[in-house]
Amino acid sequence: MAKDKIFLNDQFNQKVEKDLLAHLLPNKKVGNIFIFVLLAFILVGIYAYYRQLRYGLIVTSMRDYTSWGVYISNFVFLVAISLVGSLFSSILKLSKATWSTPLTRISEIIAIAAIICASVIIIVDMGRPDRFINVLIHGRIQSPIIWDVIIITTYLTISVLLLYISLIPDLAICRDKLTDAPGWKKWFYKVFSINWHGTPEQNNILHKVSFMLSVMVIPVAFAIHTVTSWLFSTTWRPGWDSTNLGPYFVSGALMAGAAVIIVAMYFIRNALNIKEYLTDKLFDHMGKLLVLLSLVYLYFNINEYLGPAFKMVGVEGEHIIELFFGKYASMYWLVQVFGLVLPIVVLVFAWGRKPLPMLIISILVLLGAWFKRFLIVIPSLQHPYLPIQDVDESYRHYIPSWEEWAITFASFAGCLLIITFLVKLLPVIPIWETKKEEGNEPKQQEV
Amino acid sequence: MKNKAAGHRRKFLKSSVYIGVSAIASSPFIQRCSSKEPDKEKKVKLLTTDGTLVEVNQSNLMKMSHQPASPKEARKGIPGRHFVMVVDLSRCRNARKCIKACDHHHQLTPDRPFIKVLRMQDNKASSPYWMPKKCFHCDNPPCVKVCPVGATYKRSDALVLIDNKRCIGCRFCMAACPYSARVFNWGKPKPQSTDHSYSPETSVPSQIGTVEKCDFCPDMLRQDKVPHCITACPNGALYFGDQIADSVTNGSETVRLSTLLRDKAAYRYHEELGTEPNVYYLPPSDRLFPFKEAPEGQPS
Ligand code: SF4
Repeated sequence: MAKDKIFLNDQFNQKVEKDLLAHLLPNKKVGNIFIFVLLAFILVGIYAYYRQLRYGLIVTSMRDYTSWGVYISNFVFLVAISLVGSLFSSILKLSKATWSTPLTRISEIIAIAAIICASVIIIVDMGRPDRFINVLIHGRIQSPIIWDVIIITTYLTISVLLLYISLIPDLAICRDKLTDAPGWKKWFYKVFSINWHGTPEQNNILHKVSFMLSVMVIPVAFAIHTVTSWLFSTTWRPGWDSTNLGPYFVSGALMAGAAVIIVAMYFIRNALNIKEYLTDKLFDHMGKLLVLLSLVYLYFNINEYLGPAFKMVGVEGEHIIELFFGKYASMYWLVQVFGLVLPIVVLVFAWGRKPLPMLIISILVLLGAWFKRFLIVIPSLQHPYLPIQDVDESYRHYIPSWEEWAITFASFAGCLLIITFLVKLLPVIPIWETKKEEGNEPKQQEV
Repeated sequence: MKNKAAGHRRKFLKSSVYIGVSAIASSPFIQRCSSKEPDKEKKVKLLTTDGTLVEVNQSNLMKMSHQPASPKEARKGIPGRHFVMVVDLSRCRNARKCIKACDHHHQLTPDRPFIKVLRMQDNKASSPYWMPKKCFHCDNPPCVKVCPVGATYKRSDALVLIDNKRCIGCRFCMAACPYSARVFNWGKPKPQSTDHSYSPETSVPSQIGTVEKCDFCPDMLRQDKVPHCITACPNGALYFGDQIADSVTNGSETVRLSTLLRDKAAYRYHEELGTEPNVYYLPPSDRLFPFKEAPEGQPS
């Protein structure tokens, strides 16, 4: 009996390794067109940024009053996406939800890509990027921007460590098995697997470190988005002056994060042909998770708008009217209905949690999340306490210029490029943990 | 017209001082020798402010710097002062002379003035009125709190200034200011003619990608003069002065600040925000002029 089991496990493990390493070998030219398209977007973005550096922020549609635009809302969006890393590699892991194991690495990769692009975008938004060094020389700890700089670097560091630590055993497998990989890849696997041989002692250290990191990342992840919300709630503006903003941002971020994972799962399982590992069952789990997170976000949404809408105080009330019935009403209701209510309705049904419907819903959620951040940033700025007068008519509206769109799309492309690169370099499903869980504890396969 | 004449006179004075300065600079040796024998000191002819020619001992001349305070010096306030402004709304008829003087002095283009005159109406039943709005130089300034690099700072004389050589252009201060007092150099500012280097006390020259606002003209305050907008107002609607000395002037009359504020029931905008502005407003009652809507073509 025992022998049979070991034999079966061996067989299973070999298959796992073969399947999950396949995409790391040089193969057909799949994905090259994709990469080319991404690079094209990035080049256009770079040209737009060159124009911005040359002529100043005048190339954007931002002006006094609407002094922050899509750069900032996109920054908030990207920071939100980055929260997904902590959700999978820590919250779900610590709560022993083993079904999520295949998704940990994808989520960590996405988190790192998003946080890198967020940092780039915030520099793009600066009027004087050449003076970034002033933040270090003259930084004032009282300013929420400095809090953000500190927390973003901390989160990026922990996320990279989290990805790397759990990767070491897999890199060792790559080192041992991928003998026909290109030279630089072999070199990479060899150096970065830092002599891992899976000895009990090594295993012990690895477990301790990764446990510590996954505990550490939770407060940091919450902080990163809470601090981002404080960039708004520490200012004197209608719509931002809210104590609800922190949890509102965090819950929205977790929801968007789950959606991003579903989209990534869908494309990765088709591109790499690993349907056996990213199963329909997994989609079902993700669907349920997304409903839960959407409900939490719905709760904070109601909280955010009900009070001000009930009282209708001064500019706060004007802001609400603008959102509910004014020039932002169509965007607002589309976002709330298709990005929040519809997902909840569809995903409570089992048919809604099949891969394709889930993909569509998740894309809606992501679009909703992006435009929601637009709605959080821009209308507030257009409702100052003293009326907007004595300025050019263009100061009252904000429609992003092509340069702003180009840079925004380039940030998405950059994000996808980093993800694609890492997926081509690293085993996207943690082999080591899959082997251990599925092989050694066969019961969990039945999930 | 008056403005122009004043400008000419200033220029003239400036050049006469230059003569004095250059005379000293060119004869350091004589100066040193002569200080030992005060009787045989070299005399210098100078023109005084009222136009008479005088002869003075060279050692009595002092080199006068025309450079405004450097960014470092400009971080310290003028000792013992606390500047305030009082706007008498009952005297404003949207003449916009303050804006003009300010634009001229700070070399601003009309699309981004430091001063705006807003058409306000508190409720439907009350009459509209004009509200000249500058930076309120708050005692609890939101912009200073949020600035990540200390480019915006508060001085001991109540002024809130911006060092545009340090500003990184994040515009957090613009988001934070509840009075929308700040303007940003979105593009390259128009070329400005100036013979001195940048100072936060003059806000000239402007720099692309940095923020600016009304600065209460500290270069004038250092010379014991009032900001340009005050003297420019033809209706004496703007008072400026020192809270510690308890006096303000609108250029023609000087009054006790505390009495003025008490008797006219002065108020400040959005007291509830806790910003503690240093600009007071006197209610638009008993007006000097009936309210008239702005003429066509004026940006509103
Ligand atoms: S725009 Fe300049 S002055 Fe304003 S907060 Fe940023 S760095 Fe400070």
